[in-house]
Amino acid sequence: MTKKILTGILTATLVLGMVSMALAADGSAQAVGLWIFFGIAISCGFGIAIAAFGTALAMGNAITAALTGTARNPEAGGKIMTTMIIGLALIESLCIYALVICFIMVFKIPDLTNMLDVIVKSFGS
Amino acid sequence: MGYHFYYLNEILAAMGLEHFAHEHTHVIHSWLIMFIMIVSAFLITRGVKLLPSKGQNVFELIVDGLERFIIDITGPEGRFFFPFIATIFLYILICNLIGLVPGFFSPTANLNTTLSLAACTFVYTHIIGIKFHGKKYIKHFLGPVWWLIPVMLPIEIIGHLARVMSLSIRLFGNIFGKETVLGILFMLAGLYLVPLPILFLGILVSLIQAMVFMLLSTIYFAGAMEEAH
Repeated sequence: MTKKILTGILTATLVLGMVSMALAADGSAQAVGLWIFFGIAISCGFGIAIAAFGTALAMGNAITAALTGTARNPEAGGKIMTTMIIGLALIESLCIYALVICFIMVFKIPDLTNMLDVIVKSFGS
Repeated sequence: MGYHFYYLNEILAAMGLEHFAHEHTHVIHSWLIMFIMIVSAFLITRGVKLLPSKGQNVFELIVDGLERFIIDITGPEGRFFFPFIATIFLYILICNLIGLVPGFFSPTANLNTTLSLAACTFVYTHIIGIKFHGKKYIKHFLGPVWWLIPVMLPIEIIGHLARVMSLSIRLFGNIFGKETVLGILFMLAGLYLVPLPILFLGILVSLIQAMVFMLLSTIYFAGAMEEAH
């Protein structure tokens, strides 16, 4: 299991290294500027994905506890569910913080036609 | 994200105030919600009878439910800030729900509105603390022992400022995200009733976010009223 994980990490590092070598071989300012949007796109995707992963785990714990409590004491079901809903909203707000950062960054990527022009010009020079 | 059609913007454009309406959409819709709340409150409380009519019954249900919910948390001495908390709840609820109606914009989908609400709560927390404890309110920030003050004081101040940020960004993120998802779905596949599940989820999220804002404000007030640790 750990061998597979290590292989995956090494492969990702090699791929990213080759991409960086290809882009750095250009030496033009546009290729360096391209890195910013590359970084933004990757970090936005991974940021919200990791935040949602952690949120889902925490919410699973909360709902498990609420269900166990209701199963032991069905009369307190209403109060337990109210507390559970409030807890879920507070946990979800942590994911919303990551989402707001992603929104701020995503709206800084320029249009696709501009990006294609920049990429084609950087390969041509 | 394309052109948005808002009824109030069109009304103001007909009066020649197009640029003001486009730049301050959230302020105009906030005025609309204030108008709705004030007019409905005035109309309902005009003929208060001992045997309530239908409209009065609904409002009594809402007000009574809210008061019981708050007194549950703070105890009976928390009755004096009930109007503030109930107004915040109703205002945020109607603000969130009005974004689901096509042709209107949620004022809370703009960070300015939510930040102003969080700032009001923050200032009122400290006013309550000073009113209840006077000068000894500073003991809330100082921690249990005197030699921990250089550590506890910055942490408490940052914690209080983080409350403002968390309240405002939680509400803004939820409602803005809901509006963005709805906008994208309408743009992609609006003809096939695809946004319908998101609309249902939007009602749930609006209600829950209003309740969470009210609950957290109540907890902060209760924390300012009680004795320091």
